[in-house]
Parts: sequence; structure tokens; C-alpha cells
Amino acid sequence: MLDYIFSVNFIFAVIRMGTPLLFVGMAAVIGAKANILCIAYEGMMLFAALGGVIGSAYSQNIFVGMITGILAGSIIATIFAYFVLYLNTKPLLTGLALNTFGTGGTVYIMYLLTGMKLDTSSLASLQFPTVHIPIIKDIPFIGPMLSGHNFLSYLAFVVVIAVWYFIFKTKMGLRIRAVGEDPDAAASVGINVKKTKFIAMIISGVIASLGGLFMSMGYMPYFTNAMTAGRGFIGIAAQNLGRGNPIFTMIYTLVFGGAMAIGNTAQSFRLPSQFASMTPYLVTLIGLVVIGSRNKKLKTKKQNIK
Amino acid sequence: MAIEKNYLDDIAIGEDILSMQNITKIYENGFVANKNVNFTVKKGEIHGLVGENGAGKTTLMKVLFGQEIAEEGKVLLGGNEVNISSPLVALDYGIGMVHQHFMLVESLSVAENMVLGSEPTKGISFDYQEAVRRATEVSKKFDLEVNPKALIRDLSVGYKQRVEILKMLLHGAKILLLDEPTAVLTPQETKELFIQLKHLKEKGYSIVFISHKLNEVKEICDRITVLRNGQSISTSDINAVTEQDISKMMVGRDVFLKIDKNEPSFGDDVLKVSNLSFKNKFGLYAFKDLNFTIRKGEILGVAGVEGNGQSELADVLAGLETIQDGEVMVNGRSIKDLTIREIREEGVAIIHEDRMTYGASSTQSIKENILSDRFYKDEYKKHGFINWKYVNEKAKELIKSFSVKADGYDAQVRTLSGGNIQKVVAAREFTSNPKLLIACQPTRGIDVGAAELIRKKMIALRDEEKTATLLFSADLAELLSISDGIIVMYGGRITAYFPDVSELNEEILGEYMLGLKTQSLEVAGGVLVD
Repeated sequence: MLDYIFSVNFIFAVIRMGTPLLFVGMAAVIGAKANILCIAYEGMMLFAALGGVIGSAYSQNIFVGMITGILAGSIIATIFAYFVLYLNTKPLLTGLALNTFGTGGTVYIMYLLTGMKLDTSSLASLQFPTVHIPIIKDIPFIGPMLSGHNFLSYLAFVVVIAVWYFIFKTKMGLRIRAVGEDPDAAASVGINVKKTKFIAMIISGVIASLGGLFMSMGYMPYFTNAMTAGRGFIGIAAQNLGRGNPIFTMIYTLVFGGAMAIGNTAQSFRLPSQFASMTPYLVTLIGLVVIGSRNKKLKTKKQNIK
Repeated sequence: MAIEKNYLDDIAIGEDILSMQNITKIYENGFVANKNVNFTVKKGEIHGLVGENGAGKTTLMKVLFGQEIAEEGKVLLGGNEVNISSPLVALDYGIGMVHQHFMLVESLSVAENMVLGSEPTKGISFDYQEAVRRATEVSKKFDLEVNPKALIRDLSVGYKQRVEILKMLLHGAKILLLDEPTAVLTPQETKELFIQLKHLKEKGYSIVFISHKLNEVKEICDRITVLRNGQSISTSDINAVTEQDISKMMVGRDVFLKIDKNEPSFGDDVLKVSNLSFKNKFGLYAFKDLNFTIRKGEILGVAGVEGNGQSELADVLAGLETIQDGEVMVNGRSIKDLTIREIREEGVAIIHEDRMTYGASSTQSIKENILSDRFYKDEYKKHGFINWKYVNEKAKELIKSFSVKADGYDAQVRTLSGGNIQKVVAAREFTSNPKLLIACQPTRGIDVGAAELIRKKMIALRDEEKTATLLFSADLAELLSISDGIIVMYGGRITAYFPDVSELNEEILGEYMLGLKTQSLEVAGGVLVD
């Protein structure tokens, strides 16, 4: 077991397993900065995953597939944002409904197009290419770890930096932070709070969609029923543990990616795979307890009563 | 709209810059907050707007800042009538408001907060250096020193206020509205603020200073306008009036309430408070070193302008806040480590001033609210479950005896009027056999009939059950007619004690409440009946 954890294969697997989590984690960072309680990332990812498969299968163009996937996921994000911000529905219920819609709706569409309910293996969909980085790929030890990943895995790390820059270095990022933290203060100087949150949610949806695309066009060669398997929630957990900071969130997504990588190989080490699958959630729970008890100390007795 | 701001620059110092005429504001519930109020500010003056809580100061400022729309009257800026429909429009006209609760984003820096809403950019990026430069520039221009790169959350309250003022100036405000700016400041910070305000005045800015601290008003203002009961009483030069005059204008004279009550007969001490101090979340003392006792069958009134420690005192006595320093004894037992239920079982009852948060649960029925402090008692249980038949009977009885006007005991509390909600609260608190009743603003905002019933019930508790009562009220007529003795709280201390209210009137009370007078420690300490 330990041999595996210290092996080149393990690091490679961490990056592979961590890729969709990184995307969702970054999406959740933007949602959290705008102070929107969004749990609809599962729904967004599933629609993006199916949208990408369909788009690429019918056009035989990977770029078109990417666009259709992002559009499909962003539609879910738009519906979520419109309902929550403009129709004042409860975010938790709206997110729950869209996740359920994502699970059922994708299977329905898949069935209409292919007549299959399990996966889209009958469609000739495309995959994002693997990238072999020149020079680095020839370095022993480092090469096999860092080279040969899917294009989207590299994009994920670029997105981390882009999100960090967006949040902390652009005007829109500043406004999103202001609106999320103190909407009254932001509104008092003329910022449109709802519009700003809406934009944040769409950007969040686009990033989450990339995570969905990786699932069906990188991690697997086709779409399968409910293939995100809770990754949308793990991304939210990573964001929480990283306290909304893109870099810390990235570290936690990689920790969770590691836990999943162990899960995938655990059976050969006579450890129940269920135990490893549960690890990310166990880590989340422990983390939330730590954060919770720290916050509690800051409140007065009266605030606790409320 | 930016033209408007320049337009204000052309007005000569000493001319009228702002004039509010015949402003009448009636809230949806029929409450008349402002009635034909006239208010004029000259360019380059600091104008004090004074009045008791509920006199209509805040409403008037909300109308001016576009947060409320007045039913009648008009606002003139530099002689031109303007329609201020929202705070943004107000800001465009050059009116900036510094709220008591600052409009600053805590995790952002000073510079970022100041430019928020009109951020400088460079390419795709926010131009932080430019924001810092603008903040530094405005800070130098007005001699108000700030560190543009400091984060708001690391700053003291006084510092934040300075940032807020600068932010308004950067956004082009020419008229600054300061809503009780000194309420959150330490004396040193207040001194600094005054120096800053005088600087601004010299530069031709106009300032409206809302306060009920007369010494401050006297120190900083050029003119004052007094509001009472929603009406403007007078506007005068500050040198033409004494603090006593202002106090008289603020308090006025209300008709005395006539209430029948027996001669007092006091018993043993029920509540004994010694050296009690409490620091609020800002680390400032809400009250300090309080000492007093209440005896059986005594109603002790607490007079004071809101924000002088009364709310915190009530919360500490009821167990809603922890005792930080000092001792509270009820029937000779310290309540320091008791839970709220244990404190209640000692016989403490409370009518909280925040009726809808701590008094009643609005989505539950009348009977559930009446029952909420006693459902766990055997009397209300049958085979381990709530005995609803018994509860219904009791609720019916209480509804009748407190004449709650409602659609039966199953009606949700939120469907009742304010007065009837307060009756429900009283029906619970007054019937728990209280040894000590803490009544905070028990008749605020409710109709005359309900107020009279609650007052009578309090007198009945005093006479029949010998309940000791601590009555906090902003209604001086009520305090004077119900209380046996009165203490005055000012600046978190007891500054006066009157064992007998019969020689007291509102004017005398007003002078102590506003800090014009203070009894010596020996006299004020006389409330400690040993």
C-alpha cells in the first residue's frame, strides 16, 4: 500500500482523479465568494458531460463538443441563478431539484438519442487528447508523473490561476467579493447586487461544466448514467475546507483526488474499496468540525441562542 | 447628474443649501413619524438635529437620503426642488450619509472600499495602485489620515468612521449626514471626530449632526433643530440656547397618566445587583459598576436615553447574556452559572423589548406561545405527552383575563396586532408566579387599550403577588405614574436615584437623562438598601 502511495503511478492518478474536483472546486470558490449557496454542480456537470458527448458525436469536432457541453452546463447554472436571485426560491431546494433533474434528464435524453439507458457507448463521441510535454516527458520520475495527462487536466491548473486572478485582481472579482460579503455596502455605492451575483453564477457554471466534460471525454470515453458520483459535492467540500481561497481549495481537491485514487486500487490491497471511497467525506466532516468549533468561539452567548 | 454637485459649489457660505419643507411621513401601520417638519441647513455649518428616541430624526434623514419617500412636503437643494427617490440619487445630488452601521466591506482594504462602485481599471485588471492613489489624495486633501492598504476588519471603530466619511467625500458628497456618530466612539475618538468635522466645515461642507448628547451638540454645532413627537419644535443658534432649554424642548410635557395604586409596602430584597459590569462586542463598557436592589412589592423604574446600557442590563439579568463581572442575586441566590430555565424557576420573568425575537414565536399559535415556558411541567403533561385539553382550557382562561382579541387559541401569533401580541407575551410572563419581573418597553408601539391593561396588570402583580419589578421605559409619563422609585442610567452608570417619584417631574428626569446633572455617588448609591 505504502509502496503505491510513493509511486509515480499514484501521483499520476491523483492528478487524473483530481481534475474534475479541481474544476468544481474553482466553480464553488466563485459561488462562495458571491455568497450563493449552490449545490447544483452535479446537475451542471452531468448536463455538460452529456452535451459534450452529443455535440462531438454529431459534429465530429472536439471544439464543437466543448462548446455544446459548456452551454448545456451553463443552462443549468442560469436556471439556478434566475430562480434563486430573481424568483427568490430557496437555493437549497433549487439546487436539489436541478441535481435530480440532471440525473433523470440526462438519462432521458440519452434514451431518446441512442435507445440506451446505461451509457452512450453506441455514439462515436470524441475525447480530449492527451498531451505529452516535450523535454519534461523524458525526465525520469518527473516525466511520467507530469506528462501524458489529458488536455483538461492541464487546463484545470490554468483555471486555478485564472480564478485566483479573476477574484483578487479584476474589477468584477472585487465586486463579487463585495456583494457576497456585504450586499448593503455594495448596493450603497451603486453596485447591482443581483446582476453581479448572476454573472458570478454563470462563470461558476462554465467552470463546473469543464469538470463534467472531463468525466465523459477524458476520464471515460463516453457518458454513463450518473457518472459524476458525488464529485460536485466533494468540490463544494474542498471549497469549504479551503475557506474560499483558490490555492487552498486546489490542495484539498488533490487530497480528495488522492483518496479516490487509493479507493480505485484498494481492493488489490485487501482493503474494502468502500472505506477509501468514504475517505473524502470523512476528511470533510473532520474539517467542518474544526471550522465549526473555531467559529463558535467568536460568537457571543446571545448570538448562539438566536 | 454630476452637474448638480458643482451647482452646490456656487452657493455662498451661510446661504441655505438644503431646505426640507412641510415633510410628512406616515408609515404603513399608520404611525406618523414626521408631521409638517421644516428643516434648513446652511452651507458651511454644522447643524445639530436633536430629539428623543422616536422623535423622528432618523425618519427625516431617511427621507432626505431617499430611503423613505415622504407623503407630503418637498426638498430643495440650492433653491431647486429635487426628487430624491433612492440613496444613489441622493449621492448624485451630493448628499452622503454616514450610517451608524458602516457601509464598509470588512475583508477589503481602505482603498478598495473607497473606490467601490467606480473602480479604476488597467486593461482587464482592477487598478489597485490607482485606487490607493485616489484614497491618498482625498485623505491628504481633507487632512484625514488613513492607510489606504489597511484592511477594514483590522481597524478601530473611529478609524472606520473616518474611512466612511472619506468615502462619501470621494464620491462627491457636499452635505454629510452623520447619524449619532459618537454613539460608537470612545471619548478620545469623539474629540478627533470633532476636529475633523470642523476642518470640513471650514472647507465649506455642510454637516447634519444627529445626536441626543447635549454637551456634544453644544460643543460642535452652529445651529440646532429640535424634533419632538415627529414635529419640528424650533431651530435656533446654538449660542442663543442653554442645554437646559434644549432639554426642555426635547422632553416637553406630556399629560400625566392616572393610575390607581395602593400605598407601597416593601418586603425583603428580591434582586440585588452588585458591581455589575458588561462589555459589548466592541469591547466598550455598555454599563459599569452597577449597584442596586429591588424589594418585594416594589416597582423600580429605569429612565435613560436608549443606548445607555439598559438593553444590555435587561439581557444580563434575564440570562440572555453572560455575567462578565460582578454579581446578581435573585432571592439570595447567585444566577451566575444558572441556565435560563433555572433563572426562570427562581421566579424571573421578562418582557423583552424585542417582542418578535425574544417575546413570541410568530408562526406558532397563541396557546403554544402561552405554554412555551411551562410545557415541561407535570401539570401540563399526561402519560408523558402534552395534555392539550388542559392547555386549551388554560389558554382560554388567559386569553379572557388578558382580553386578547383573536380568533381562538389556535390563531397564529403573527395574525395578531402588536398590542395583542404583547398581551400574549404578558399573559405568559405575568402568570408564571414571577418574583422578579423585568419589563422592557412593555407598552412601546401598542394601542392605548393594550398599554393600559399591561400597566394595570403590573400594578396588580405588585399589590397582590408582591412581585418586584424592574421597569425600563422610554415613556416618562408611564415611568412616573407606575414606578415607586426611579434610577437614571447615563453612559452606562446609575447617575441618579429617586426613592420617591412624587416629587419628580419630566424636566428633572430629562436633565439627568441627558447628562446635564449627576447626583453624587452617595445619593445615587442610596438605591443600595442595606
